[in-house]
Amino acid sequence: MNTSSSKSNQDNRPIFRNHGGFGGPVQKAKDFRGTLWRFSRYLYPHRWKLTIVFFAAIFSTVFNVFSPYVLGQAITSLFTGLYRYHGIGPHGVVLTTLSTNVLTLLGLYVLSSIFSFIQQYTMAGVAQKTVYVLRQQVDEKISRLALRYFDEHAHGDLLSRFINDFDIIANSLQQSLTQIITSTVSLVGVVIMMLTINVWMTLVIFVTLPLSVLATMFIAKRSQRYFKEQQRMLGTLNGHVEEMYTGHTVVRAFGQEERSIAEFEKMNEQLFSVEYKAQFISGVIMPVMGFIGNIGYVFVSVFGGYLIVHGSVGIGGITSFTQYTSQFSQPITQLASIANILQSTMASAERVFEILDEQEEIADPAEASVISDPKGRVALDRVAFSYKEDEPLIRDLSVEVQPGKTVAIVGPTGAGKTTLVNLLMRFYEVNDGRIQIDDADIATMRRGELRRYFGMVLQDTWLFHGTIRDNIAYGKENATMEEVKEAAKAAFADHFIQTLPEGYETMINEEATDLSAGQKQLLTIARAILADPLILLLDEATSSVDTRTELLVSEAMQKLRQNRTSFIIAHRLSTIRDADWILVMDHGRVIEQGTHLGLLEQKGFYEKLYNSQFSQGVLAEMA
Amino acid sequence: MVKTRMMRLLRELKVYRASIATVILLIFLQSMANLYLPHLMQQIVDVGVLHGDTGYILNMGAWMLVVSIAGGICSILASYFAAKVAMHFGKDLRFRVFSKAESFTVHEFSKIGTASLITRTTNDIRQVALLINMMLRMMVMAPLTAIGGIVMAIVTDASMTWIIVIVLPILGFVIYLVLRQATKLFSVMQVKIDTLNRVLRERLMGIRVIRAFDRVRYESDRFTKANKDLTDTSIAVNRLLASMFPLVMLIVNLSTVMIIWFGGLKISEQQMPIGSLMAFIQYIMQILFSVLMLSMMSFMIPRASASATRIVEVLDTDTQVTDSPSAQDQLPAISKIKFDHVSFSFSQASQPALQDVSFEVNRGEVIAIIGGTGSGKSTLLNLLMRFMDVNAGSILLDGVDLRQIKQTTLRRMMGYVPQKAVLFSGTIADNIRFGQEEATIDEVRKALDIAQASEFVDVMTEQENAVITQGGTNVSGGQKQRLSIARALVRKPSVYLFDDSFSALDYQTDAKLRSALRHEIDDAIVFIVAQRVATIRDADRIIVLDDGVVQGIDTHHELMQTCKAYQEIVASQLSKEESA
Repeated sequence: MNTSSSKSNQDNRPIFRNHGGFGGPVQKAKDFRGTLWRFSRYLYPHRWKLTIVFFAAIFSTVFNVFSPYVLGQAITSLFTGLYRYHGIGPHGVVLTTLSTNVLTLLGLYVLSSIFSFIQQYTMAGVAQKTVYVLRQQVDEKISRLALRYFDEHAHGDLLSRFINDFDIIANSLQQSLTQIITSTVSLVGVVIMMLTINVWMTLVIFVTLPLSVLATMFIAKRSQRYFKEQQRMLGTLNGHVEEMYTGHTVVRAFGQEERSIAEFEKMNEQLFSVEYKAQFISGVIMPVMGFIGNIGYVFVSVFGGYLIVHGSVGIGGITSFTQYTSQFSQPITQLASIANILQSTMASAERVFEILDEQEEIADPAEASVISDPKGRVALDRVAFSYKEDEPLIRDLSVEVQPGKTVAIVGPTGAGKTTLVNLLMRFYEVNDGRIQIDDADIATMRRGELRRYFGMVLQDTWLFHGTIRDNIAYGKENATMEEVKEAAKAAFADHFIQTLPEGYETMINEEATDLSAGQKQLLTIARAILADPLILLLDEATSSVDTRTELLVSEAMQKLRQNRTSFIIAHRLSTIRDADWILVMDHGRVIEQGTHLGLLEQKGFYEKLYNSQFSQGVLAEMA
Repeated sequence: MVKTRMMRLLRELKVYRASIATVILLIFLQSMANLYLPHLMQQIVDVGVLHGDTGYILNMGAWMLVVSIAGGICSILASYFAAKVAMHFGKDLRFRVFSKAESFTVHEFSKIGTASLITRTTNDIRQVALLINMMLRMMVMAPLTAIGGIVMAIVTDASMTWIIVIVLPILGFVIYLVLRQATKLFSVMQVKIDTLNRVLRERLMGIRVIRAFDRVRYESDRFTKANKDLTDTSIAVNRLLASMFPLVMLIVNLSTVMIIWFGGLKISEQQMPIGSLMAFIQYIMQILFSVLMLSMMSFMIPRASASATRIVEVLDTDTQVTDSPSAQDQLPAISKIKFDHVSFSFSQASQPALQDVSFEVNRGEVIAIIGGTGSGKSTLLNLLMRFMDVNAGSILLDGVDLRQIKQTTLRRMMGYVPQKAVLFSGTIADNIRFGQEEATIDEVRKALDIAQASEFVDVMTEQENAVITQGGTNVSGGQKQRLSIARALVRKPSVYLFDDSFSALDYQTDAKLRSALRHEIDDAIVFIVAQRVATIRDADRIIVLDDGVVQGIDTHHELMQTCKAYQEIVASQLSKEESA
């Protein structure tokens, strides 16, 4: 099952995410504009909150951009004040200017923080609620999707969309959306403020700009190369580990441990030789940026010092510029990576929308027919059906089953015996003809109503996370404990349930690993008994069930069949012989039908099947 | 517990102490350089600017440039060594875990689980190595910068350091509170994510049953509840984090305001030069940001320490089957195997897997073992190959106790064909030679012949040199099984172990193969485990197992008369086999 792999993938999510184009390639949306437009409709209900976020982001950034300027002013005023009143000492004037500046600064900082808080706090609600709505929609969609979708798509794929894509969307809404605003505003703001203080100094800072762009590009290119190489080596090594672990018994039985270890050592060595380089290259970006920042700082100090001496800049300009240079590089890298983040967000949204656009089941009719006193007659009238348009499977099939009778469906494995189940339950719709229960065409009934007439015990026994009691009671809403026990007893399940540590209250885990295949089947039979359906759909196949439980299962199924119209995917000779009617299927088609004796006389496929598989069996003569 | 395991792994870093010392030294120099720059700037302001001395400014500027470059080189070198040490550590650890896993018995292996062991060997170790890389750079850097910054601040103006003394604990406390809460919420959130995914997975898997019982509404309610739960928690987490960032920034900024105010007072009283104030602001920034960095790092530790725990668990698992120092490493062909009152139970099981099993088998005999799932059939084979050791009784090969023979020596005598055929990537010949490295091409071909594999190998364009993909996905189940039989044949062992190896074959091939085997391996001891009675009815003797207890040992005909369990099995298969 794919689900387990997606589950483990989730556990293995790396701690360290690579931002800003280091590492793997970016996922791109097929129709970026269309998806963006459609996605923005989900944000529309939050427009007022988003307006708040928008202005809060602008305010917090503007205040933030202003503060280094005021800080510089404060220092400059101290300095000039000191100069002007050198040695005289009327502190009053200096202190007044100082306190004005300090109070302004205090105000700017506090306001910036408050607005930043408002922005992020509001956005948290918007982001998560948007994702909530999307998830709900996907869930409702799953309820309405035609069954074809589930048969044709791997569950793992759907689950991974659900887990990873929603994760990406939520994160991106929470952070990237507001970053577009804050980064743009602060980039423009910082440049304006720097120019206000001094044009020449600003130009000097701009000299370091291409330096950091070049460095980033150089490193990114290298790192991508090494990362690719690392990924390749990692793949080889993981492949070896996977292979050797999977075949552990064989490796040991044939005494090949040492060779396996020697091979591993070689791969491990090769991996190391690229891995540390890849890690170094991707990790060096920070020191390099720090280094370039320091160079900028040196320029500011020296050139600033020179300008102050010549009187064109206040002394606080150095402090302001120091802070601006550090505020300068962050929005640049952020804006550079936002394009990629938007792309992958839209790719995720697109995948979610794809699910929402899948074809649904035909809606139930407004005035559905209801059977007042159901007897259980089932009639197929010239039914035609195919899974794929150009491969007709069932053509012109007519069968009538009287209440309480048993129909056996036989055929080699892969003959498509479940197709009939799909049609009867309206998991798939017939292409032509009709199916009736008593006198009602099932196409005119509400699906839920129709399915209540059926009880299903199939090969894949579906149990969910919950107690044994809950699982049995699934067949009937508000079932009492007595009814549950009664059903379990009838299904021969009571005995093994009693031996479990907590009896009926024992929790079943998802894969129900504590129960044997036979025990699981007994539980589903109990569930069907409790539901007390009019018509039964049974699959006799039992795979690797131990002998005793298998006997119980077959006995329970027999009991369940009494007085009910039954369709059985039959595997036992006795069942087939005793059936009132036999449908013989091959390659998805019903090729013969009739009674056991009648079919034998026909000397067709059934006769051959019966002779090759049932009578000539090696075991029959042994017994 | 978890912490100590992480620490245990970290302690093993001491092998690399020379390199780590280099990293620490380099980072120390780098942070000194970073702290020295504001000091030089202070000189520019207090001396150069005040005296209008352009030459001095340029001079100091050149110094700053030198210091920056030196610091830059140090930090780049530090990254290099840190990456190298961390990845080297990962490499060594990976090797140890892999070697350890290769020594595990089948039982120890399955206790941890193949998938989990793969994750532990690959991803978990990677996570730890990456964390060490980060730690070496950041976690060393942060305290050095903090301490160095405080020293520089005191040197610059001791009377203002009280601001640091006040702000630092407040900042630390705030971060601690938020992170503690956030960690708690994050683990709650993880549980809710898992619940939501589980509900969804159940819906997908049970889609037919859900619709059959018309419980779509009920399932949707379950989903909505899980979705709501998750959303509420996510909002709470993100709001908490939303408050943290602005709050921390505010504390950092307020300390700047305090410095300006109190520094301003001192300057106006001419007790402090203005350059010191400017430098002081930068020191406090560096200190506070290093604290911030440190606390952010602590976010990453829980995940990596979970990985560390899983790794240490593998390293701490000691294999129970070991060679005794006096074990024999020479063994002549085996002519007699004796099980003498053998019992075995898995460590945590309440019931023994095998109980008091006794029998003898001689060269040339075929002995079959039959029984339901979990009856102990495979356990019997595993004991014979010493994948596990008996708890009581003994297994004797020509009178020698199995435990007195080296494992590799013992297994060299055995040709094992597992239930699920396992092939490895490589050519067909490589796979056959897995059984006998020195086998000539003729020997390989002969083995393929007997195993009825030649018929499909010969039609491949590259014949024995045809490449098998990983997991053997490019050959069918029956073909895989035949190749795995050929692999055992080429070994020319004195004992064959077929663990339900014929089930993937069609009836015709099964019959042909068994007749070929009968001719070729008539002087060996052959064990056949089977579920199908048809496969084993010709055996010289059949052991019937039920819940680990021998129900009968005899020929098919005798057992049909005397053994009730055997009759039951035959009867149940009859009906099953009828329709196949």
